[in-house]
Amino acid sequence: MSMGSFPTSNKHAPIGPHTIRRATLTNGIRVVVQENHTSPSVVVRGYLWAGSISDPPEKAGLADFTAATMRRGSTTRTYQEINEQIESVGASVFFDAGRRLTRFGGKSLAEDLALLLDILSDLLLHPAFPPQEIEKLRGQALTHLKELEDDTRHLAEREFRQLLYPDHPYGRPIEGTLESIPLIQREDLVAFYQTHYTSHNAVLVVGGDVTAEAVFELLEKCLGGWRTDESHAAEMPPVSPPQEARRSVRTLTNKTQVDIVCGTVGLPRTAPDFYAARVADTILGHMGLMGRLGDTVRDQLGLAYYAYSTLEAGLGPGPWSVSAGVAPEHVARAIEAIQTEIVRMRDEMVSEQELEDAQDYLTGTLPLRLETNEGITATLLDMELYNLGDDYIIRYPAIIRAVTREEVQTVVRKYLDVERFALAIAGPYQE
Amino acid sequence: MGHLLETIESGLPNGLKVLVRPVHSAPVATCWVWYRVGSRNEIPGRTGISHWVEHMMFKGTPTFPKGSIMRLINKNGGHLNGFTSEDYTAYFETLPSDRIDLALRIESDRMANSVFDPAEVEAERTVIISERQGDENFPEFLLNEEVTALAFRAHPYRHQVIGWKEDLWRITRDELWTHYRTYYGPHNAVLVVVGDVAPSALLKRVEELFGGIPAGESPPPVIAREPPQTSERRVVLRRPGTAQYFLAAFHVPEARHPDSFPLMVLEAVLSGASPMSITGGATPTHRSARLYRALVETELAVRAGCNYSFNIDPGLFLFSATVRDGRSLEEVETAIWEQIKRLQDEPVSADELQKTQKQARAQFAYALESVSNQGFWLGLMEMVDTHRSFDTLLDQLAAVTAADVQRVAQTYLTETNRTVGWFVPTEHQEVQA
Repeated sequence: MSMGSFPTSNKHAPIGPHTIRRATLTNGIRVVVQENHTSPSVVVRGYLWAGSISDPPEKAGLADFTAATMRRGSTTRTYQEINEQIESVGASVFFDAGRRLTRFGGKSLAEDLALLLDILSDLLLHPAFPPQEIEKLRGQALTHLKELEDDTRHLAEREFRQLLYPDHPYGRPIEGTLESIPLIQREDLVAFYQTHYTSHNAVLVVGGDVTAEAVFELLEKCLGGWRTDESHAAEMPPVSPPQEARRSVRTLTNKTQVDIVCGTVGLPRTAPDFYAARVADTILGHMGLMGRLGDTVRDQLGLAYYAYSTLEAGLGPGPWSVSAGVAPEHVARAIEAIQTEIVRMRDEMVSEQELEDAQDYLTGTLPLRLETNEGITATLLDMELYNLGDDYIIRYPAIIRAVTREEVQTVVRKYLDVERFALAIAGPYQE
Repeated sequence: MGHLLETIESGLPNGLKVLVRPVHSAPVATCWVWYRVGSRNEIPGRTGISHWVEHMMFKGTPTFPKGSIMRLINKNGGHLNGFTSEDYTAYFETLPSDRIDLALRIESDRMANSVFDPAEVEAERTVIISERQGDENFPEFLLNEEVTALAFRAHPYRHQVIGWKEDLWRITRDELWTHYRTYYGPHNAVLVVVGDVAPSALLKRVEELFGGIPAGESPPPVIAREPPQTSERRVVLRRPGTAQYFLAAFHVPEARHPDSFPLMVLEAVLSGASPMSITGGATPTHRSARLYRALVETELAVRAGCNYSFNIDPGLFLFSATVRDGRSLEEVETAIWEQIKRLQDEPVSADELQKTQKQARAQFAYALESVSNQGFWLGLMEMVDTHRSFDTLLDQLAAVTAADVQRVAQTYLTETNRTVGWFVPTEHQEVQA
């Protein structure tokens, strides 16, 4: 085990090289610890390279199903034993599949960290995939998927993704479908686990009322035996933004509100223009009451309770989209108002004041984001995933301040081509 | 725990109560203003008016014009929100602690100077109706609204905080204004500040900013009392949908009542200790609890839980479940009644009691990570009881015995005291475009 340098103690300094402690376990797993003695609790977060991108199309939902099954028993503990042991101390553990990664972790009182890590590593290294638990999960998943068929917000989001990424893993629902879930067999889950759940390039972050040395020692004991062979994630197929407007309408006459999602393909987190896009998105749909979109669609026109934008920049180019919930009679006006706001961002530079406000917001909210152990570990995990460096939080204000009005306009012009948006509508509405 | 904190309580001559809790672990602070007004204070015809006033509080004052409140807080690295419950309306700003003065200025200003521009009232009418329509898209909301309205006959807890849509179409600007003038003022408010602040300097500033706001007249008391329920009530909603939902409500005492602690323990035995975090990162502990074992593990339901909420007046203890596809509402209901009967017939084990206490201790520790959470809990407890209950909560829960839990189960979870709702989905009216 190798360890990082000893930290200086200054609880009010932002998190940086002077507070972050690192170690590499003997099998190569990177471990990052940030001590936080605010409250006697601790959070553990990690990721490994298993995502829905590797789902076979006819078995959509496999990564998600596998993650859910991980929680359902080890070779030495039943599901109920795990629940009893972990919950008896008010702690929790989770596995959660995304498109590229599966995240896992837990939370407990600091005094129970050893128990938390013991159970988490047991599940990670020795899952049992009990057949009866798989069937229970399948039943729950199918009921849940039926509920989603009645959820206009979910339907609009799902249809939007399918429009935007046709025949692409980014367009398939992570949770699978009513058709795919029945096809997934126990062998599929075991094979997915064996192929993807390796420690190769896995990262673990711990934040809370702990000492780094104690955490390193515990983790070496718990996870030192995790196999290291390379994971075989599927290749990311190329993505291109739509070359024409795409539209889908799901009519549910029993509902009272219409949910709308529209947008296009954005950019990965590592793109050079990511920060300009973040600033643009803040101005468009976040700052104050949901940015310019909130100002117009909600505040001036009174068309919607919510109207905001989302920039989903991850390992790949996620969507850059706008979501709104409106009354059926206001659908056309709301869509028009959203388009007008985007066109305005494209045709005119944002004002100096708007840029400065957005920069103040993005840099000023850092202390809030780093207040809780969840916030600390989520930030550190992103820093690992995107190779941002231990001094990222210190550098971050300067990065945001360097974004110019021209860059904001350029990034909107480059990506937000409203004439070629995908648009999904779900609710009591017909064309 | 080594993390004991102290709350400094003080007041201004105009009636404003002030709670300050210095917490120096991070350079952040939170400012909350709580008004003793919610849907509980509403009369028929004006349901939803408290929540609408809350929306109007973001429409500006002469000093902080429309849109500037949220923008200024964001610009200063903070976030804010407001929310309305049955019993209270609360506003908060959480900021880097050196900016907390801005929150105090905003809150003192809008306590007295909010503008209720008629055009803004109209624009907000459709926003609020849109908010309600969004809620209506969820079967669980519709079922909850029906069951609550049936469980209460006389008490204003019978309507939802959002209000009836008919009232939302009708309520006037002047009614909103009157509601604001009646309930918003130092005499009906509590200010809570938690975080990296120096109490003496802060209190001086509070005096400067809030001291000049005149005390208003005492708002009218809520005099409605719910008569005891004497027989079971039932409602079946048949509407298009894709899943079956179950909800049962039992009348239970108010937060101030000594039985509230055994009821919290009972809740934890059935569905795990309630998360105390309002800032995300909830830590569920329901999978080893009785309802999950009896309903989800047996594949009758995909979700099952219960909830006791703190209220000023006697409120409801709710049981809810989503029926697993292929199973029936009858089966789910029977299984829930069996669990209640078990609590009435046998005392819970020492291990189970101990587990709920440890869970509560953990949830409490998680809540302490954030100043916003602490501000929320101090204020909430002050609204429904006293803020001191927040710091003594764990001791109170630890004092609950198995006999107490059995007694409250026998007293409140009875057939004549319950209202039962079923959501039965009918064929979905879907048109594929």
